[in-house]
Amino acid sequence: MPFLTAGYPDLETTAALLKDFEARGVRIVELGIPFSDPIADGPTIQTSYTDALSSGVTSEKIFDMVRSYRKSSNPQSAIRNPQLALVAMVSYSIVFKHGVESYLAEAAGAGFDGIIIPDLPLEEAADLEPLASSAGLANVMLIAPTTPPERRLEIARHSRGFIYYISIAGITGERVRLPEQSIRTVAELRTHTDTPVCIGFGVSNAETVAHVCEVADGAIVGSAIIHRITDAKDAPRDELVGKVGEFIGELLSPLK
Amino acid sequence: MSENEKSGYFGPYGGQFVPETLMSALAQLQREYRAAMADETFIAEFDRCLREIAGRPSEMYFARRLTEQLGGAKIYLKREDMNHTGAHKINNTLGQALLTLRMGKKRVIAETGAGQHGVATATAAAVFGLDCEVYMGTEDIRRQALNVFRMELLGARVIPVTTGQRTLKDACNEAMRDWMGSVEHTHYILGSVVGPAPFPEMVREFQCCIGRESREQMLKIESRLPDTIVACIGGGSNAAGIFVPMIDDETVEMIGVEAGGRSMGLGDHAASLVAGQPGVLHGARSYVLQDADGQTAQVHSVSAGLDYPGVGPEHAYWKDTGRVRYTTCSDDDALDAVVALSRAEGIIPALESAHAVAEAMKIAPKMKPEQILLINLSGRGDKDCNEIADILERRKK
Ligand SMILES: Cc1ncc(COP(=O)(O)O)c(C=O)c1O
Repeated sequence: MPFLTAGYPDLETTAALLKDFEARGVRIVELGIPFSDPIADGPTIQTSYTDALSSGVTSEKIFDMVRSYRKSSNPQSAIRNPQLALVAMVSYSIVFKHGVESYLAEAAGAGFDGIIIPDLPLEEAADLEPLASSAGLANVMLIAPTTPPERRLEIARHSRGFIYYISIAGITGERVRLPEQSIRTVAELRTHTDTPVCIGFGVSNAETVAHVCEVADGAIVGSAIIHRITDAKDAPRDELVGKVGEFIGELLSPLK
Repeated sequence: MSENEKSGYFGPYGGQFVPETLMSALAQLQREYRAAMADETFIAEFDRCLREIAGRPSEMYFARRLTEQLGGAKIYLKREDMNHTGAHKINNTLGQALLTLRMGKKRVIAETGAGQHGVATATAAAVFGLDCEVYMGTEDIRRQALNVFRMELLGARVIPVTTGQRTLKDACNEAMRDWMGSVEHTHYILGSVVGPAPFPEMVREFQCCIGRESREQMLKIESRLPDTIVACIGGGSNAAGIFVPMIDDETVEMIGVEAGGRSMGLGDHAASLVAGQPGVLHGARSYVLQDADGQTAQVHSVSAGLDYPGVGPEHAYWKDTGRVRYTTCSDDDALDAVVALSRAEGIIPALESAHAVAEAMKIAPKMKPEQILLINLSGRGDKDCNEIADILERRKK
């Protein structure tokens, strides 16, 4: 499951990348809504957020982009039957400022299927859960390596769509290897829940994707993709999309 | 006092809006903090530290010449500037360092703006033999060079932060990022009554020695409580510390002074309560300076310790309930207050504290001579001398 910073380097490129990913058979994309103070993110994603914000990207513009993407990828019918599920990764600071109910409604209306609010832990999520489900958005919740066992199960019960397992105690960024303990925890977690479990943070190449997918239902790759976008930022859009798409192809290869 | 303290809320403000990775550390902190506050040995050890290390109690000083010059209320200064390390920040860092030992952690991290909290953390770390790293924006490293040197001399490592506006908020982000990866063995000594629960309540409790002493000293000297208390507000810890022990005394009027900066246009000040709206920043719901999309706004203040787009959730609650009145003081008025207090009383205040002094100078003449106005002089101005000299020089031109 690729992660993209929405609007990095610009919204047209994000839409082109979505189209490329969808054609390659990617089933879910996590779209990061840029935030000025993303405390769970390492320098790669943080810099992409700052860059997108400085070119004027807002939630509203991202929703517009998603709406037109959904229309163009499904022109014949008004019925939403997308191949590609879109999940917004967004700070609660932004959601709260817009108004929780209206933010969720707008996200769903634009064509998002789920939402991940990384700074909204279980205790604070109680009010949002019913609003998300009535808006038709899956509220994906996160489990960390520091989460105690009973709490993991509690979060698993509340998470919708899938469960996001954070592989390392720390921030996003490419890592050479993931802790074996996390792999074991996910394997154990899967015996307690039917909700799919995806592993993110630190997954950075086809090898780790393969490793993670031995126990998990999916792997989330963020910084490794953003860093490739950054490398190709000044190239023409087609070339950037080609390069990043190729990398996605590599990541997908062990799953075929 | 405030509602719902157990769940970490003050009315609708507060909470724990942080990544799941930090939740178990916050739960541990909450447990240890509650246990410590109920433990007589801990309280006695904390009191000893406040006495022997911070040098408490701090003086309650009658500002005779300033009172005469202004010709109104009797002005008293609570001399937090006389504490070891030069500000109120040491009260909190001693308390949290003791908790760090209790939790068996060996390393502390901190964010700092003015550098006072960084110095106070580095000092507590040196006293207790803890490893210490302090995050500081490069803009603040420039304006508070003396404090950077002090931290290093005390054995701490100062980590420059180059993201955002390179000031306090950005240092706070980096400290939280560090903590995400180090929670198992590191305690994050947050420097004000901000952040996720239990920090706002805990930091306030560690700062309440200011208000408890003030109450006692006032009753002893004047046989009554002050009519008005004025304190500056960055995150709001020196203010909460002096307010809370008298918050139930309804006759005591309380005023919090935020940084009015260059102007009241967004980006030119740091007045979250006066000009902001409810929002979420650094783990708590409170008043925040944000744009319409929810992005944190740029802020400005001549004083690095007030240059922050958020404020403690309990202040948000007091604003809404009307218990505390919040106002602003401009950069220029704060500078004038530095000069005025230096010449009238021989006390060079920190630029932060000068915001409270300026407000007091504004209202004292309108008060009656038998009334008492208490200023929380949160810190001394040594750290600001280079910055003040530069600005006064520019003013001349
Ligand atoms: C002397 C002094 N006063 C006040 C403050 C502002 O913090 P708070 O509002 O938490 O007291 C600072 C912060 O650095 C400070 O150094």
